[in-house]
Amino acid sequence: MSNPVPLLAARDLVKAHGSTEALRGASVELRAGEILAVTGASGSGKSTLLHCLAGIVRPDDGTVTYGGERLDQFPEKRLSELRRTEFGVVFQFGQLIPELTALDNVALPLLLAGTSREDAHQRAGEWLERFGVRGQAELRPGGMSGGQAQRASLARALVTGPKVVFADEPTGALDSLASEQVMTALVQTARESGTAVLLITHDDQVAAYADREVRLSDGTVSALEVTA
Amino acid sequence: MIAMSTRHILLGLLAGGPSHGYDLKRRHDERFPQARPLAYGQVYTTLQRLVRDGFAEIEGTDSDGGPERTTYHSTAEGARELAEWAGRIAPPAPFVTNEIFAKVVVSILSGGDPATYLRKQRAAHMERMRELTAVKTAAGADLATVLSADYALNHLDADLRWMTTTAARLTTLTAEVDSA
Repeated sequence: MSNPVPLLAARDLVKAHGSTEALRGASVELRAGEILAVTGASGSGKSTLLHCLAGIVRPDDGTVTYGGERLDQFPEKRLSELRRTEFGVVFQFGQLIPELTALDNVALPLLLAGTSREDAHQRAGEWLERFGVRGQAELRPGGMSGGQAQRASLARALVTGPKVVFADEPTGALDSLASEQVMTALVQTARESGTAVLLITHDDQVAAYADREVRLSDGTVSALEVTA
Repeated sequence: MIAMSTRHILLGLLAGGPSHGYDLKRRHDERFPQARPLAYGQVYTTLQRLVRDGFAEIEGTDSDGGPERTTYHSTAEGARELAEWAGRIAPPAPFVTNEIFAKVVVSILSGGDPATYLRKQRAAHMERMRELTAVKTAAGADLATVLSADYALNHLDADLRWMTTTAARLTTLTAEVDSA
């Protein structure tokens, strides 16, 4: 590990859902600006790991540190503020609000953070442009293709200038060409803005967009480096 | 097998118009950027065979101040052969001859450590896939580069899927080979 203080770090995480242990001592580090793929079979604990790192759920045991602070001990208020300002999240199905246009969806996090409507719309338009879906700005999610909707979701996740984007199977519902467009847009934008990305995927071609891969198996992590 | 495809690839390149060996080699390496570059010797031998079989003819020679170069063109028979080859289906991999597969089986047979090998092989495959992904998504990548990177990526991905399944099966697989 070249950087002594990772941006986000999980140590020995344990998390059970009922009697099922999803994580059994998983440790992982995300460095600033890095794109990290977390791979593994279904049920290996990938999504639970993401939820713990993003402060969506608290681990039963182990620690999560963000910029050196114990994120797993942050009060709920601080966590929601973090998720609004410094974390962006994208899921398999973008979870755009169906009643709002793409532009309004992307502007929403800015409006919630107190940005003026005009300013929020302008920035939202710029982000749609970066993801190549400016032309769909006035469409509602139902009128867009899966790939377009997912690119709008990425624009929404990045519009606040987060330090970390958590992407949980962002291309899981897309065909290979749409998946390529989404990943190319995500990686280019993250690199330009220095945003770190935690990318959960079961698709190795998607994992190949990342700088590094860690593999989860039965709730524990193995790092994969080439040791030729 | 390899000689046959080189022959048809050269015929395909000649279909665009007369060309000499050096130019054909250069165009081959451009069109198939992820393939092993053609050796000059192979190009000239293949061209001679195409002429022998009536698929190509010598157009002429020129030296242009430098070394003498022979220009070839495709014949009507060459065009027919090319069309026939391009439309013929390839055998869908009738035999499994793959080093990874062989190593895993031999490792199981000889009481080795196939799980560790598979983990290291996965890391090497992923490293190559990252390189190819970077090549494919680089600004200004041309279609030939994208297509050949796609092809390589999908094959590496197929290997990886097999390796993942195998790693998961290893316990039972080892038991089966042991009892055989």
